[in-house]
Amino acid sequence: MSTIIETKEIKYHYPVEEGEEIRLALNGVTVSIEAGSFVVVLGHNGSGKSTLAKHLNAVLIPSEGTVLVDGLDTREEANLLDVRRRVGMVFQNPDNQIVANVVEEDVAFGPENLGIPTAEIRERVDTALKAVGMEKFALHAPHKLSGGQKQRIAIAGVIAMTPKCIVLDESTAMLDPSGRQEVLDTISWLNREMGITIILITHHMNEAAYAGRVIVMDRGQIAMDGTPREILSQEEKLRSLGLEAPPTVELLYTLRRSGWDVPLDALTVDECADAICRALGR
Amino acid sequence: MLKDITLGQYFPGNTVAHRLDPRTKLIMVVLYIVALFCSVWFVSYALMALALGACIAVSKVPLKSLVRGLKPIVVIIIFTGVINLFWTPGENLLFSWWIIRIYEEGVLRALFMVIRIVMLIMGTFLLTYTTSPITLTDGLESLLGPLKKLHLPIHELSMMMSIALRFIPTLIEETDKIMSAQKARGADFETGSLFQRAKALVPLLVPLFISAFRRADELAVAMECRCYHGGEGRTKLKVLRYRGIDYGAFAISAAVVALVFLLRHYGL
Repeated sequence: MSTIIETKEIKYHYPVEEGEEIRLALNGVTVSIEAGSFVVVLGHNGSGKSTLAKHLNAVLIPSEGTVLVDGLDTREEANLLDVRRRVGMVFQNPDNQIVANVVEEDVAFGPENLGIPTAEIRERVDTALKAVGMEKFALHAPHKLSGGQKQRIAIAGVIAMTPKCIVLDESTAMLDPSGRQEVLDTISWLNREMGITIILITHHMNEAAYAGRVIVMDRGQIAMDGTPREILSQEEKLRSLGLEAPPTVELLYTLRRSGWDVPLDALTVDECADAICRALGR
Repeated sequence: MLKDITLGQYFPGNTVAHRLDPRTKLIMVVLYIVALFCSVWFVSYALMALALGACIAVSKVPLKSLVRGLKPIVVIIIFTGVINLFWTPGENLLFSWWIIRIYEEGVLRALFMVIRIVMLIMGTFLLTYTTSPITLTDGLESLLGPLKKLHLPIHELSMMMSIALRFIPTLIEETDKIMSAQKARGADFETGSLFQRAKALVPLLVPLFISAFRRADELAVAMECRCYHGGEGRTKLKVLRYRGIDYGAFAISAAVVALVFLLRHYGL
């Protein structure tokens, strides 16, 4: 598979006042994201996961190192629009990223900026709204929608720019469980059916189960990188990084410590139940 | 209290009033205001009321929400009415007591003034009810387009306006939330002297401003991420084009304005 995003040894620190000590938010991150993959980036507060996300479409430019998006260097001013059209970004607060008062006009905002002809904008808006299952709301006012619906509109606004990759920077953090599920189902569908690369930044451990690959950040560096099964079953290591393993893994871990022979890599409730039944000899 | 502010709220719909080009509607509102201020007697006002009534009927906007829009300015309406009632000198004294003198002219003038303001507000509200703010600002941008040649930032202005309109409901919601939070901790916004009440608003305004700035910051980043780079090379989802109904609306408006001027000539 080809690579869509590649970072090489990127370091970044936020602007500091004179005399203040420089604290690196990113300290040498090298990672390559494959086209069409679904990657979840985990990490506790201040681990640098959001800072990393903001580097992926040139909202932030690394202090050192390079970020290549589809071969384009984000440091080049001339590449800016091309980078952002390839990598779309969905933020945490749905209210603060919706520009227009009518859903379809908001979805059209990106293509309008790109100078797409009117007829094609209409087509893209309709396709994008259908892709997130919000076509019935095309003429609604965004502030009257639920959090999950607003976030899906924000995703549609990104899809309308036909990106290769969507970065969701804690986009599920402010939503209630059902809203979160809506967003997760939508992005899984986009990944599966439209082949769009998804990078989901989150601190909800159970969202990692949707991914093909999980990256755990700690102190501006990549601490763990692997499949969800590999990562989430390492209960102790996760805890040392300030994260909690999903409840199923926690349960199996506790059982194991009290002498039961159970595997640790059961991510869903069903798998967990099976594992326990097997251990009980049924 | 805050729920009453309906300015800039759009009622989605698909009536003739909704389908008219925003530029047509803007020009119509300007003509309407001119005609309203040129009306001199009952006949003209009746004609204007008829025109407004027709527009409301066509737009299918519930009359109730138009009337609700008047609530915040009730004080201004009453004030204007009272001032005109008492301070208009005339010939036919109707009522006199102590220093108060009410003339027939004053009564009529107060009545006309009140009708004028109410109809003015209802007319402009009808515009914002039937036109989405973005289309409205598109219309303004297009009407003011020639001024771009003078290097006036017309696109930026219209973008700022549409964003301001977009955030009105969000900020109202937020104000309500902060108010409830402050009330829960014993803040009192409703009693006390004017000064005390004004002072009570400080802990409301400070968090509201801070959050508005934070929102602005996040929105700017989100807009940049969606490739916003000013008005240059921008296309539109909805391109404005005058159609048959627009020419029809222009013709009717022109006829109404001409009629009002004619009536004015005869003092009706």
